[in-house]
Amino acid sequence: MNRSRRDRRARWTAWVTAHLQAAVSSLGQLVRAPLSTLITSAVIGITLCLPAALYFALEDLSRALSGLDREQSVSLYLRREVTLEQARALAGHLQTQPGVGSVSLIDADTALEQFRRQSGYDQALALLEENPLPHVLVVTPLQRLDPSGIEALQKRLAGLPEVELAQYDLLWIQRLDAILAVARRATTLVSALLAIAVLVIVGNTIRVAIDQRRDEIVIGKLFGATDAFMRRPFLYAGAGYGLFAGVIACILLGLGELLLQGPVTRVSGLYQSGFRLGWIDPGNLLSLLLSGLLLGLIGAWFTVVRRLREIEPQ
Amino acid sequence: MIQLHQVSKVYPERGEALRQVSLQIDRGEMAFLTGPSGAGKSTLLKIIALIERHTRGQVVVDGKNLERIGRRALPYYRRHIGFIFQDHRLLTERTVFDNVALPLVVAGVGRGEIERRVRAALDKVGLLAMERRHPRALSSGEQQRVGIARAVVHRPALLLADEPTGNLDPELSLEIMRLFEQFNRVGVTVLIASHDLMLIRSMPHRIIRLRDGRVEDSGRREAS
Repeated sequence: MNRSRRDRRARWTAWVTAHLQAAVSSLGQLVRAPLSTLITSAVIGITLCLPAALYFALEDLSRALSGLDREQSVSLYLRREVTLEQARALAGHLQTQPGVGSVSLIDADTALEQFRRQSGYDQALALLEENPLPHVLVVTPLQRLDPSGIEALQKRLAGLPEVELAQYDLLWIQRLDAILAVARRATTLVSALLAIAVLVIVGNTIRVAIDQRRDEIVIGKLFGATDAFMRRPFLYAGAGYGLFAGVIACILLGLGELLLQGPVTRVSGLYQSGFRLGWIDPGNLLSLLLSGLLLGLIGAWFTVVRRLREIEPQ
Repeated sequence: MIQLHQVSKVYPERGEALRQVSLQIDRGEMAFLTGPSGAGKSTLLKIIALIERHTRGQVVVDGKNLERIGRRALPYYRRHIGFIFQDHRLLTERTVFDNVALPLVVAGVGRGEIERRVRAALDKVGLLAMERRHPRALSSGEQQRVGIARAVVHRPALLLADEPTGNLDPELSLEIMRLFEQFNRVGVTVLIASHDLMLIRSMPHRIIRLRDGRVEDSGRREAS
């Protein structure tokens, strides 16, 4: 009992030691050839940072959009001849309709005042003889409706005699959502392609490394090295390339954010949005490092398993 | 230790390298394998080390039927064998110490144990002072002794040597053979392929002669 536990511990210690040795020796080899390691990692890093930048930016944009007032509403622009009294009456009437949550009235004078304040066309507006704006009712449904439901509501409201135009306010957000969905799909595609590229780059680099150590592998096999033992240093090397590449990609993202943040803030300021690039974020950086590591490991794995099987003592 | 029963080996390109070879080598025996080149000496050693698989017949080494040893079990089987090559096959980028340590490293032996056993093996072949050197800095005879240290460091039950003295002058060759005798004396089974008849005839060990893939003389004088 005691003995078997000691055996198990000894085996465990040997296993950990073997892994540590493999890790240290393969990282040592990467460090001993700094230039080629740097070039390979940089190529992988650039390949990683591209889709990451796109992906993270899209995430931020979606988050910014979901932060917008997403309350569904239909704006009813009433006919010019509809008086304020009639508008109030209509609002009261609509309030009792099934499916309607709330109705608010923006009367023409308030609307003009708001427009004057926001647009700065004070003098031009002063020239107008009368207020050109109609009264507006903003109808919010009782519960959240799907696009076809909100469209039905809009049609029904458009049929009212007092209504000149019924407009669904979130249409532009829906369009933007659709565009974002396309962009997200495209990013996924690009990411998949570039991930394959990373696998190929790592695989090829590891293949060269294996060929350089062919003698060692043959001798190792002759003296009883298991496949796992022979694989280990190359897998660590692959993971090492991936990790370095992840670090490089993080640095590139940081530089990119530094260079782009100014212009992006200006654009979002013009849209009265607080949107900023959020690339440098612990979660983003961690996932970038992890994907580098994983891709490196997987790329190495594919090559190592195949290649080591081909190299046998003669 | 080694039993071959009607063993044949056919290479697709070269044809039959071994034809129905039957042999027995006892535990603790030292034997030479000789014959003209192309007689099948190397092939026989490779089959015993499972570098090659035989085509027909049965090979049993240390009680294990080699046909039953699959890919996964192969490394563990080889850990009971020490292999010595004519061309040494040392890793030129590694030190003598690292070269000799390889069979132990591969088997997951601890650092302290490795140091002890590598030094003991180097001591036995008289190269303890050379452990920090690189193989290229050594003479051919010294390199072969490093190869022997590597082949015995993991205390294998069976030593296989393929023309271990092929590149050495007679004096060095004898020295190497004496080393093999030393290991044999402590119980290691030794099988050496060599075409140096002068040398091996001068030693009191069994000589198995191969010709055209057949056993011409099994070197056994027992009545059978």
